[in-house]
Amino acid sequence: MNSSSAFSSPHIHQAPSVQQVMCQVILALVPGILFSTWIYGWGVLIQCFLAVLFAQVLEAIMLRLRKQPLQLFLFDGSAVVTALLFALCITPYTPWWINLVGMAFAISIAKHCYGGLGQNIFNPAMAAYIFVLLCFPLELSLHPAAGHYPGLRDTLEIIAFGIQGYSDGVSGATVLATLKTGLDGMGMISEIRTSPVFGQLAGKGSEWIPVFWLAGGIWLAYQKIIKWQVPAAFLAVLFVISLIFYWYDDSHYISPLFTLLAGGSMLAAFFIITEPVSSSTTPAGRIIFASGVAIIAYVIRTWGNYPDGVAFAVLLMNFSAPIIDRLTRPKVVGET
Amino acid sequence: MISEGLHRFPGGLKLPTEKGLSNGHESLITPLPDEIILPLKQHVGHPAEPVISIGDNVYKGQVIARANGYVSLPVHASTSGKIRDIGLYAVPDALGLKAPCIKIEPDGLDSWCDIQGVGDFASMDPLTLQHVIRDAGISGMGGAAFPAHVKLKEGTQTEVNVLIINAVECEPFITCDDRLIREKPGYIVAGTRMIRHAVQARRCIIAIEEDMPEARDALLPLLDDDIELITVPTIYPQGGEKQLIRVLTGLDVPSNGLPIDIGIIMHNVATAAATYRAVHRGEPLISRYVTVTGHVPSPRNLQVLLGTPVRHCANQCGYQERSGDSIILGGAMMGTLVRNMHMPVIKSTHCILVKRVLNRAPEMPCIRCGRCSDVCPARLLPQQLYWYARSQDQDRLRKHHLFECIECGCCSYVCPSNIPLVHYYRVAKNKINQHEKSLFDAMQARQRYLTRKERLAREAELQSEKRPDTEATKTETQDKKAYIREAVKRGRTRRRKNHGHKGDVSDE
Repeated sequence: MNSSSAFSSPHIHQAPSVQQVMCQVILALVPGILFSTWIYGWGVLIQCFLAVLFAQVLEAIMLRLRKQPLQLFLFDGSAVVTALLFALCITPYTPWWINLVGMAFAISIAKHCYGGLGQNIFNPAMAAYIFVLLCFPLELSLHPAAGHYPGLRDTLEIIAFGIQGYSDGVSGATVLATLKTGLDGMGMISEIRTSPVFGQLAGKGSEWIPVFWLAGGIWLAYQKIIKWQVPAAFLAVLFVISLIFYWYDDSHYISPLFTLLAGGSMLAAFFIITEPVSSSTTPAGRIIFASGVAIIAYVIRTWGNYPDGVAFAVLLMNFSAPIIDRLTRPKVVGET
Repeated sequence: MISEGLHRFPGGLKLPTEKGLSNGHESLITPLPDEIILPLKQHVGHPAEPVISIGDNVYKGQVIARANGYVSLPVHASTSGKIRDIGLYAVPDALGLKAPCIKIEPDGLDSWCDIQGVGDFASMDPLTLQHVIRDAGISGMGGAAFPAHVKLKEGTQTEVNVLIINAVECEPFITCDDRLIREKPGYIVAGTRMIRHAVQARRCIIAIEEDMPEARDALLPLLDDDIELITVPTIYPQGGEKQLIRVLTGLDVPSNGLPIDIGIIMHNVATAAATYRAVHRGEPLISRYVTVTGHVPSPRNLQVLLGTPVRHCANQCGYQERSGDSIILGGAMMGTLVRNMHMPVIKSTHCILVKRVLNRAPEMPCIRCGRCSDVCPARLLPQQLYWYARSQDQDRLRKHHLFECIECGCCSYVCPSNIPLVHYYRVAKNKINQHEKSLFDAMQARQRYLTRKERLAREAELQSEKRPDTEATKTETQDKKAYIREAVKRGRTRRRKNHGHKGDVSDE
């Protein structure tokens, strides 16, 4: 703050700081992270830890290179949020160096090359996830089976040296990937669902993780950290599209509930598309943005090559955010 | 207690009001200070012209400077005494600038000049009543300080459906209107009736806030069914002109427009009281209620003679200047931070706020959270305005209605990144105004240049055609002289036309 602006009205201020906002987002993520650990094993926690570590170190390096004040920005918490969201997208078995490559991309390219905090055009976590997904598809396709995972020591070994020695016993495809392979093989949903990865509603065990994202998200909305309209619009649109196709043909299109509870839908709804920097900023624009992500994510999931499309959908809508903003400027009071 | 049938304005904030600090005490009549400093410009518009000279003795209420033009007001001596100086003194200003003032040394007698009120205002012509109000030097006392008669005149030119007397003191800390109503309810009701007569309004409303129940109780017994008393909820910035009109009537003042465009005139409650004094007693506007609050030993309201130094007022509340304290003239949300306490209280000074700790958190980058647009009462996009202000994109700023911003400060108040948004908007507004002026000046210069070039060309032509001095050439020269005269005349009228055009833009 320069000297003249410090004397400008208003002379009182009452708002959570950027750091407090980020801390609340992190807190809201914690229950979901812990439950995911319970379902998928130590890998989740280790990935989170590694990502945060890499992110903070890289953040410090980038801030130093950009000659920005370290104490002001290093602990604003934004890099931690990015790191956690990225770590939750990748598989718990991801080799550590992929985690590092992802964080390097997120922090240095997606965030600081665009100008740092508040300037990124793309959601850094999603950009990094897409980046590693495109570069290392094989490594990122192996997931632990829910409730059946190796111990801490084995998990550390897998992350440090790769999964070669362990292979079949401990890993498999995600529920969305199983579904995709099944449908590509011209199977019917009722047959595919007999696979052991399925539970009552979506993925076995993992179907309950979204409940924790939902709870954290509702708390954030209650704290007015995120705007409830965004996840509401996203989930509503996703629900309606899948309902339409489910009605049309329930042997080839999954149920709306499955759509909401599988993959990254719920995490995206409350923690990813609500990231304000790269999304639309007008009231109507936010609804359009969230709906756009929902539609594109459903299209990619259903007819695309990737089992989950949320990350791609977010990046595609990030592109469109500036134009959405421009087209949805609300009328000022008294404007005709 | 909130009245029914009210509307809502977009955005706004529930702020800690801090009214209890100062509104519990009876107002104190401030003792005479050692010197009275009266700025020639205490209002929006042209400064007044002094009509006295140094060494003159003046009486209380005497005109010491006359209005200069339509949007201008006379200045009256606020006490009797000797004119000591006419010169530059510190005035309420953020940059600590000095402005022309008249300095009076009070003689301690405080004796009035001859003043006489109007017996029966109701039988007066509204225009004459407006003149009385103008001659009393009354400007809007809610903060903007626009000469009152200009708004009243609008009422003569257009039909007025509603007159709103604004007692919605939405800024935190300020309680001078509250105290004024509690102590002088009769002045307000009578003054309201006078303003109503002056603008011939069909309907008349006094709007008051929910957290001023004592003021409401003071007014109620005095009201007849000619004036409606409406209680509105306490939301900042509800006292803003456009916001209050929206709440009371559900109508929006068109952007770039005035309330009169939708048949509404609004005046502050203190203006109504001043009107009563002027019309009934013939007293010009020479004193006002001022709230002294914040970190002072005994916060309260004062009745202060205009021209009294701010320091003298603060001293009455037991406050001695301390280094490190911040002095704010006006409220915490819209007031001006000043550097010292030398400047005088003027017509628009409603509050002296002392703050020990100001908001000094570091400014962070915008994270586009959108809280600012949620609270904007004009439904602007503060965030976009901020980006465009930083990139100095004047077209976009205008397209996003920068000039609809009332600088209420809600956006800055809620900004997690602690960005002084209002500051950016103020700077941008100044830049645009300057740019517009320079464009205009450039256009004028171009005109001048073209005219000159034309003239020089014509002269050169004349030179080359010069022949030996014969009878024939003589008449020819005379013809040419006539031609030149004509051309000059044309040029002049053209220039004058441009000048007239300038008046539209920059109020010259």
